[in-house]
Amino acid sequence: MAKTLEDKQYLLRFNCDQKSHLEVLDHQVCATSCPDKDCTIFCPADVYKWEGDRMFVGYEGCHECGSCRIGCPHQNIKWEYPKGGHGIVFRLA
Amino acid sequence: MSEKFDLIVVGAGPAGTSCAFTAAKNGLKVLLIERGEFPGSKNVMGGILYRKQLEEIIPEFWKEAPIERPVVEQRFWFLDKESMVTTSYKGLEWGKEPYNNFTVLRAKFDKWFADKAVEQGALLINETVVTECIVEDGKVVGVRTDRPDGEVYADVVVLADGVNSLLAKQLGFHKEWKPNEVALTVMEVLKLPPKTINERFNVQDNQGVSVEMFGDATHGLLGTGFLYTNKDSINVGVGTTLSSMIKHKLKPHELLEHVKNHPMIQPYVEGGESQEYLAHLIPEGGYNTVPKLVGDGVIVTGDAAQFVNAIHREGSNMAMSSGKIAAETVMKAKETGDFSERSLDSYRTEIYDSFIGKDLKKYKDAAHTFEENPQYFKEYVPMMNQAMNTFFTVDGTPKWEKQKKIMKKMTAGRGKIGFAKDMYRAWKAVK
Repeated sequence: MAKTLEDKQYLLRFNCDQKSHLEVLDHQVCATSCPDKDCTIFCPADVYKWEGDRMFVGYEGCHECGSCRIGCPHQNIKWEYPKGGHGIVFRLA
Repeated sequence: MSEKFDLIVVGAGPAGTSCAFTAAKNGLKVLLIERGEFPGSKNVMGGILYRKQLEEIIPEFWKEAPIERPVVEQRFWFLDKESMVTTSYKGLEWGKEPYNNFTVLRAKFDKWFADKAVEQGALLINETVVTECIVEDGKVVGVRTDRPDGEVYADVVVLADGVNSLLAKQLGFHKEWKPNEVALTVMEVLKLPPKTINERFNVQDNQGVSVEMFGDATHGLLGTGFLYTNKDSINVGVGTTLSSMIKHKLKPHELLEHVKNHPMIQPYVEGGESQEYLAHLIPEGGYNTVPKLVGDGVIVTGDAAQFVNAIHREGSNMAMSSGKIAAETVMKAKETGDFSERSLDSYRTEIYDSFIGKDLKKYKDAAHTFEENPQYFKEYVPMMNQAMNTFFTVDGTPKWEKQKKIMKKMTAGRGKIGFAKDMYRAWKAVK
């Protein structure tokens, strides 16, 4: 049974686009105005990782749920759908 | 793609496909646009599909649709850390035609449903994102897609683009949702032999169980956990408002592990082989957050319109009914050739006159009440558990004394008046 997020993400199929559909608009805002960096916690796929000085966006594992766009306290995430046919492919539920 | 359609439907989920099916069946030229590899590949739900609203679109659909099990028992668990108070209803009539609801796996179901719309003559185009509505003189006249030369025109565009509905937002029909208006839900599909499922849930092959869990499933936060039986797998999941997740710094996948490992739940999922992990938002703003539903040449349906009754976990049924009503509205408008907001406005009035509007209205204050008053899930659920424990533990204390002790505990925190107020407030929120 999948225990860690890595186990869970491994179950999924992604048809990744070359280009990210998620974009941090202003990296300075994450660095200076956002001490909590909530997106690194509530994102169900850990797409956002703080690397000490910059927000890393691992868009390849995104579930396209929209939480980061709505939950970012600074509206600092540009959120689009991946190009048609790309991104996550759910096979079951 | 420069030809013109009677109707363009954006999104092949329950709302969009119901709309496309109904319109195509009645002779309209319909284009159904889906961004996923196939319909269902982007769509997620816990898994309960109600019979009534789909039957109004496809009679006796259960004879051919890829359903998992008809639900014969609905259980409600009020969890504390190592105990639970439960209530349930089991009725064998739900296991026979015409059934009440079914468990489904959406990737399979949505694909089947969209194929039915295609059989009726709708044109389905997959792997295509609608990037914006084409607006001319304040009127929606078509959509722009991410395909080369991807502009398509129609008399009416129906938005069934799901909870995020970037398109309705683009039109100014709603602002960005707030974190307390959406629930972030994660789940896992666990494969188990049908025999094991039958034994654990006390059912037969063609009988299913749904379990909704409150209290410790979400660490006492506003939200629910759930457990649904498929044919040879179970869906286990949990969700809370996004605002709760943020406030309490919860990692969704850790909350899911908490549910899977809860001592009341673990025996049901034990040995399951993980097949899929899914995250999705549920629109839970209810009545007060329903966006503008109709504009010149455009109608909003399903999750995009916030048509979800979170208290009763109804959503796909509302989506289907709204899609059907949207199609019927377009058919009527076609008779007069008037696709203005005024002409299409009968969609809005029909929605509000139907069970959709009425049920949303009934529970319009529920989410807000329970979010603002965390004591219901956080305090009263553990109290219920303690009360049952006290009452049923035989320790030589007379029952009258036990009753007194329980009442004292119940009213200890907020006083008798506070307790009465809490009960009245909860009743008012759902009456």
